[in-house]
Amino acid sequence: MSFCKTFATAIRVLGQLLHDPRTLALVMLVPCGLLIIFRFVFQGNLAVYNSIAPMILGIFPLTTMFLITSIATLRERTIGTLDRLMTYPISKLDFVFGYALAFALLSLVQALLASAVVLGVLRVTVMGGTVAVLISAVVAALLGTSLGLFMSAFATSEFQAVQFLPAFIFPQLLTCGLFVARDHMAVVLQWFADIMPLTYSVDAMKQVTLHSQWTGILTRDLLVVVGFGVVALILGSTTIKRRE
Amino acid sequence: MNSAIKIKNVTVVLGGYFKALRKVRAELPQGKIIGFIGPSGAGKTTLIRAIVGRQKIASGEIAVFDIPAGSAQLRSQLSYMTQELSVYADLTVQENLRYFAVMFGIKRQEIPGIIANILQVTDMTEYAKQLVSKLSGGQKQRVSLAISLIGFPKLMVLDEPTVGLDPVLRDSIWKLFRQLSASGTTLIVSSHVMDEAERCDDLLLLRDGKILAHDSPEALCQRTGLKTVEQSFLKLVEMHS
Repeated sequence: MSFCKTFATAIRVLGQLLHDPRTLALVMLVPCGLLIIFRFVFQGNLAVYNSIAPMILGIFPLTTMFLITSIATLRERTIGTLDRLMTYPISKLDFVFGYALAFALLSLVQALLASAVVLGVLRVTVMGGTVAVLISAVVAALLGTSLGLFMSAFATSEFQAVQFLPAFIFPQLLTCGLFVARDHMAVVLQWFADIMPLTYSVDAMKQVTLHSQWTGILTRDLLVVVGFGVVALILGSTTIKRRE
Repeated sequence: MNSAIKIKNVTVVLGGYFKALRKVRAELPQGKIIGFIGPSGAGKTTLIRAIVGRQKIASGEIAVFDIPAGSAQLRSQLSYMTQELSVYADLTVQENLRYFAVMFGIKRQEIPGIIANILQVTDMTEYAKQLVSKLSGGQKQRVSLAISLIGFPKLMVLDEPTVGLDPVLRDSIWKLFRQLSASGTTLIVSSHVMDEAERCDDLLLLRDGKILAHDSPEALCQRTGLKTVEQSFLKLVEMHS
């Protein structure tokens, strides 16, 4: 692996997005807009909004990065650029970590904006503070990126790739504790939630919301999410084949 | 004459049953322009992918510069232009070149000079700052070719580099191939356009995963007693079926 090549890949991926301002605007502004709508959906029960808004802050970066990464890497496979790169003197990890780095930066900006709206404009209070929120959001985005990279190997068209969002992310979303507390779900679903990464990502946000101090559970949650992300990235790099 | 590539009894099976190449054997000369000619589905791309190390081979072996095809040490000695454009359409020409140059391992301080040179050689200097998506088909093809020139590798493997180009542009690209070959580069160029075959030094005529003939265009025409490679090719197909 070479730092130089990883960095060049990250710059290239970000460069592609910068030439596509509409996508960039959608990535940055849609979460903010949705969070504002949510606020007024819960007009009659702001206490509920205060407790779920931070969790949603963790879910947005994950879903956007999942979608963008899976489409972007699928595109690399179909337009032949990956073909060319695989004959180059590079490590597959240069490519994979380049993507992770680019989207980590992108999600940091996304999280900054969304947090500014939630914490600044909508006045939601989190006990753990802004920095902890940002860390949790970026970690969630990294997970989205690595899952997207991994899943894109199983799609042969963009149509399939976008379907992985409802197929793969929605079940996690339903069981992560956002809609119903996990211990109220059927036992089988609790087991399912226990092994799914999104659960830990949302749980991390919950910890940040409720505790003014950095808790042991928060550390555990973030480590689990990062662990999942790294494993998915490495598995993702094994789905890129030098020889087909 | 030294051979750049040795192909020994190579069989490639695609999708579990389709034999894309059947016991292909050939030695390809160094510093020459070698044409892989044949109808679509003949196995040209499969053979190309096997040579650059992107294709698993079921049996047989390929050596490039006496190193097994696909070895890591070969990666800085060859370039591969795929049939797809393999260019980032949402980046400028220059950004594409810069990225692939870094990935190829060119030293940072040498990159601007190399890019300027390649842009000039491919006649793309005035489009350097344009987005690839805004270029015409022929210009996009030239960007793809320009990327293959990065590092001026000893072996350039180009899958249908001139397909769909106008005659003027095609001629200028062939002149470039000739210059490269004169400076010692080995070029493999695939095509199903027979008049391009006449411009090669060495021809590999492929059909149904087998080599019909391997000769220079002149020797081929002499052997069949016909005027053009196209006529010779058709005659050989007739003889074998």
